[in-house]
Amino acid sequence: MNRPSTVPLDMHTFSLVVRDRPGVLVRIALVFSRRGFNIESLAVSPGLIEGFARMTIVSRGAPETVEQINKQIAKLVDVVFVTDHARDVPQPVEAEVALLKVRVSGDADKRSLLARLERHRTRVLDETNGSIVLVADGTSAELDAMLAAVEPHALEELIRTGKIVMDRGASRFAHLLGRHR
Amino acid sequence: MSSRPPTGAERLVRSLSEHGVKHIFGLSGGAAMPIFDALVDSDIKLILTRHEQGATHMADGYARATGQPGVVLVTSGPGATNTVTGLLTALMDSVPMIVLTGQTPTFNLGKDAFQEADVTGITYPVVKHSYLVTNVDDIPRVVREAFYLATSGRPGPVLIDLPKDVTSAPCMAQDPGPPDIPGYEVPGRAARADLERAAELLSKAKRPLLYVGHGAVIAGAGPAVAALSEKMNAPLVNTLLGKGAVDETTARHLGMLGMHGTAYANKAVIGCDLIMAIGARWDDRITGKVSEFCTDAVRIHIDIDPAEFNKTVTSHVQLLGDARLVIEDLLPLVKPNDTAAWMAECNGWRKEFPLNYPTDGTALRAQHVLDRLNAITEGRALMTTDVGQHQMWAAQFLLTRENRMWLSSGGAGTMGFGFPAAIGAQLARPEVEVWAIVGDGGFQMTLCELATAAIHKLPVKVLIINNNYLGMVRQWQELFFDNRLSGVDLEGNPDFVKLAAAYGIKGFAIRKPDEVDEVLRAAHAYNDGPCVVEAVVEKEDNVFPMIPAGAALRDMIIERPKHKLEKPVGST
Repeated sequence: MNRPSTVPLDMHTFSLVVRDRPGVLVRIALVFSRRGFNIESLAVSPGLIEGFARMTIVSRGAPETVEQINKQIAKLVDVVFVTDHARDVPQPVEAEVALLKVRVSGDADKRSLLARLERHRTRVLDETNGSIVLVADGTSAELDAMLAAVEPHALEELIRTGKIVMDRGASRFAHLLGRHR
Repeated sequence: MSSRPPTGAERLVRSLSEHGVKHIFGLSGGAAMPIFDALVDSDIKLILTRHEQGATHMADGYARATGQPGVVLVTSGPGATNTVTGLLTALMDSVPMIVLTGQTPTFNLGKDAFQEADVTGITYPVVKHSYLVTNVDDIPRVVREAFYLATSGRPGPVLIDLPKDVTSAPCMAQDPGPPDIPGYEVPGRAARADLERAAELLSKAKRPLLYVGHGAVIAGAGPAVAALSEKMNAPLVNTLLGKGAVDETTARHLGMLGMHGTAYANKAVIGCDLIMAIGARWDDRITGKVSEFCTDAVRIHIDIDPAEFNKTVTSHVQLLGDARLVIEDLLPLVKPNDTAAWMAECNGWRKEFPLNYPTDGTALRAQHVLDRLNAITEGRALMTTDVGQHQMWAAQFLLTRENRMWLSSGGAGTMGFGFPAAIGAQLARPEVEVWAIVGDGGFQMTLCELATAAIHKLPVKVLIINNNYLGMVRQWQELFFDNRLSGVDLEGNPDFVKLAAAYGIKGFAIRKPDEVDEVLRAAHAYNDGPCVVEAVVEKEDNVFPMIPAGAALRDMIIERPKHKLEKPVGST
């Protein structure tokens, strides 16, 4: 699951552990927006421990500014842990989920779509009046490849969760939450 | 007293007392009424200001003068938004402050209720941290965390937004335990390996320079820095906010560096082979053009905030920790080197390029007034300044001798800061002589606090350097914009002596050079409440030396140039 070479060098993936409090997302977003950085994707969810949340943020920018962004996020009081995975060796494992809605014009069209998706991890969730909803998962690059395969068909809607990543080996932050486990 | 449980407001006020709060600066309003009511039964003295911005600068001055957090209490909506400038000022200069804002009741949040504003939302970028309290039982814990955060590590302002129904509700909370903030670390001593590496470089340096900032003031690192300077026989310079960490009148001190620093300080920066920042952040007013700043020198950086490392200037060694502890740990490790030639060179520059101003003619000059004020107060008065030309002249001519005796808005450059900051400082330290050095522009932004000073009979002395211009901008327009003056003429200024009289405040005027000593001595001796000294100075004087914004230090201008200058690039 190493980072594919097609990803631009200035793309950075940050993992965060934060206090699950109102405003924490705004504080983090402001660190990016103040420096003119766009957030490409953001995944937030409750973590293992109540009161704390996990975030994965993908953004792109110049290396000096990214170092400053990492430090300014770390400085936020509600942020327990942050790391930029750009230079991690090996790279962390990653996953992403997508929902897509494809319009099919008949059985032949549908068979053609499903044949194209055979080599990708997809599953049909719903089919209503000629619209098929599929779920797909994989690395972000694998989802890109899946979408390329769907391309000839009438793709109506797409939702991607954004990448989530997890370090290999022992946790780098579990000790920070010792008292709260 | 009844046996009912305390309200949230009463519990809040008790918590403030438990944290040593003696004064609160504020202005009342509907959403904050339960808190103002609770203050009636408290020992905390409420200083009612005339504007919320004044309250924040008073709390800021109180904090800078003592190291203890200043506390502000205002109401919701516009009351709260009026604190934004004060929050920015405190954040930029690492000042501990607690701002309590009343808020519309929780059931009205987000409904555009009367005097509702999304105060936490508006203030996120200008606080170290903030809280919107929605559960009354959180109040004691939030107050404890707020004081801990405001005062620990790199200090800063913390805001607590308090809806009216929360402060009115009964509070059943137990006393909170110690603050529990996972991931928030307060650096103390630097790593041994980093200290040894720094000591090795310091011991080898032939032309070392110590560059002292506000972090040294906050940490009380001055005596340790002076000892290091002596042991190494190394010159030192300080930033605008570093003034007073080490006595500026001592032998190895070259004064302030940077845009309007002394020529000899900046020549030392250009000539050094090692520069060590001690609680300073290589701000653009210090470095000028970063790509040419100390490129051949070894750069060591001491800071308590790791985000400052490599932010603008990269450093070879980074010492993360409290400036005092770091210097104390370095002291025994550093071996003296032969720096006599370097010290002699620095002293040569001091003689060749002294701070100067014309003394001929009949014109009254700000530099002359400030130079004499320095002599008359013997550098023992606490000085606050506003922002602009008078601030730079004050920084040059008022030599600060002790820690926390020089208060100035550096990072934010907030006009209107100086006078209310002096009120806060005087309340915190009644035994000290306090002067506010202000310009005619900035003073008019917060002069409504003359009433506050008068009511409390605070013997603050306001010295107005009046050139009837927004002088620093006029100087730039003269030098860089073909003297096309735009928006700088303060025509319509009041008679400041009469203005003081309207508040029942003693006023003095200085109009000629031969009046300077007599009036300053009279104000120095005046102790029956505040006084205002208006010095009507040369209108078109400029602050020199000057390094144009974004230029390299070697492009320093020492006197009024004969030719037209390039417009500054790279910074404002």
